[in-house]
Amino acid sequence: MSEAKANDHTDKRKRELVTPEGIAVPVTIASRGSRLGALVLDFIILVVALNVIEIIIALVTRGTLVDGPVGEEAAISGATEFLVVVRLIIAFVVWYGYFLVQELGPRGATLGKRAVGIRVAARGGGRLTPEAIIARNLLRDIEIFYPLIFLFGTLIFSALGWDPGNYYWAALLWFFVFLGFPFFNKDAMRAGDVIAGTWVVEAPRTKLADALSTQGAAAKGSSEVTGARYEFGEEELSIYGEHELQTLERMLREAQPDTLAAVHETICRKIGWDPGAGDERAFLEAFYAQLRAKLEGDMRFGVRKADKFS
Amino acid sequence: MKAPSLGSWFGRSGLSTPTDIESASLRSDRFRLKREGDWQRLEGIVKRMEGGGLRKISDEDLLALPTLYRTAASSLSVARETSLDAATLSYLESLVQRAWFQVYGPRKGFFAWMREFLFGGWSRAVREIWLDICIALFVMVAGAVVGWLLVAQDEEWFYRLVPSGMAQGRVPGASRETLMETLAVEESTGGLSAFAASLFANNAGVCILAFALGFAFGVPSMLLLIYNMAMLGALVWLFADAGLGVEIAAWLSVHGTTELFGILLAGAAGLHIGRNMAFPADRSVLDAAAISGRRSAVVMVGVVIMMIVAGLLEAFPRQLVEGTTGRFAIGGTFLVFWLTYFFLYIPKPIETADDDGHAEQTA
Repeated sequence: MSEAKANDHTDKRKRELVTPEGIAVPVTIASRGSRLGALVLDFIILVVALNVIEIIIALVTRGTLVDGPVGEEAAISGATEFLVVVRLIIAFVVWYGYFLVQELGPRGATLGKRAVGIRVAARGGGRLTPEAIIARNLLRDIEIFYPLIFLFGTLIFSALGWDPGNYYWAALLWFFVFLGFPFFNKDAMRAGDVIAGTWVVEAPRTKLADALSTQGAAAKGSSEVTGARYEFGEEELSIYGEHELQTLERMLREAQPDTLAAVHETICRKIGWDPGAGDERAFLEAFYAQLRAKLEGDMRFGVRKADKFS
Repeated sequence: MKAPSLGSWFGRSGLSTPTDIESASLRSDRFRLKREGDWQRLEGIVKRMEGGGLRKISDEDLLALPTLYRTAASSLSVARETSLDAATLSYLESLVQRAWFQVYGPRKGFFAWMREFLFGGWSRAVREIWLDICIALFVMVAGAVVGWLLVAQDEEWFYRLVPSGMAQGRVPGASRETLMETLAVEESTGGLSAFAASLFANNAGVCILAFALGFAFGVPSMLLLIYNMAMLGALVWLFADAGLGVEIAAWLSVHGTTELFGILLAGAAGLHIGRNMAFPADRSVLDAAAISGRRSAVVMVGVVIMMIVAGLLEAFPRQLVEGTTGRFAIGGTFLVFWLTYFFLYIPKPIETADDDGHAEQTA
């Protein structure tokens, strides 16, 4: 039953956007876990990138200091000062530019978001605008990074023997109010999403799989191995529903022979056949094609059978 | 579920059809095999658009995009009612969603947006939050007055308001000469550009904080404004008490007219969000937050630009230009410039009806 439960969770996150042409586009709200994962990835990428820049600058600086005119103090201090400015500007541009440029791009996602397969979208089906991206990113700092700095700063100070007093609790409160925010609305929006009118949705990139009914026993009706024809009667086909059909489809697409054998045996027992051996795939293909033909036929008349219990 | 436009996909069934359609035993698979050529063409176009913008796409493909997108979308709604092939359904769902994001993706590049922003968008957004600017201005003035009065009554307040790190010898009881020295010019530009950059980082941080805290109905934004202005009021009192009132005003005005204006706008932007969430009128709270949030974000990009200007002014002219008149002239010029830019410069919007216009094109 755990699978049905998982489906429930996914269904709760399903939304339908209606475009200006009146076409319903299905979207799934990204889970909070995947968003946290994306954030951690982005954070790691940013920290690594900033450190790499820092190291490069340090290497270049050492070069100048060794090669440059040692006697002229003013020149050195000028160069060092220039580097300080460059470093501050780079840090600022990298920190904000990383999110802004990538989320404004055609994928609407940072590297971290792309890695976990989610993207930013305008709530309710509008167009994603630069203003919205800017608004949601301006709030990220007070939601996550400032309270973290605050928290760690307080921890360090208290470790040094300074009495943190209420600062500690203030930091924790700040942190958990914003961290908890996505848990108190059904669209898993963080404060920045509320301000910007955006949400984060799953961006699946599915490949089109082969049509099952053009291959093997599903198409020809008979097995390539034994030449046997599998014909199922009305009664045998009315046991299973759509859920089982789609589970069988997944099995046929990816499962190993021994799993198929187990499924074969289960189905045979259920429909009262004598399970043989050696021709499981052909049997399952034929059963899949005929069950699907029946269920889709019923569907056209408005009769649907969700699973074997209904 | 919307009824699919039957004509459109029956009309194209005569197009190139793969040879193995008849080998499919299921009606729903034949439906799919007839159309998957179009789907895959759409997927190819969308993939190239996601990869690197519009340059890689031929005109022919670009023109076909809206049609292909709607074909795929109507295929999806038909498939949902007639097919139980989970793989095809999930493929179509992801394809339609990806194509939708490209058809309705951000229309302007960053530079086009920036141009629109500088030539009208920024000043328009500032004018739209005029009420919040008035409130924030009132709060800031009140904060400065409170700071002044508190310190005037009891000098102990000075140490509470101004962090010792910032005071740098500017404390009550300091001699007139010491105070005068803190206002003097530097002899060279050494260290000043680094100073400017750190000032910018610090001030931009304060502004973003003032904006972001507006989320809590604007109250923390206002508190931040009051605190910062009380600090300023205390500082001004200190100098005025030593008979340096005009000098401190000139010294502050060089960058202060830009910086305080920026802080004012940031606080007002935060307040704008808070006020709209507290009083959303006939919109939902979420809609009100989103609309005001986007408007405030435009103001905030401007504030960051103002902070860059203020950081440069604070580091160079303020430390290098001597004389009260020169300092007042610089500060005054900038104040006049900002006021003119925000309230007198009213160009016609470059484009209107952003979303609707494009929807009509594709429909």
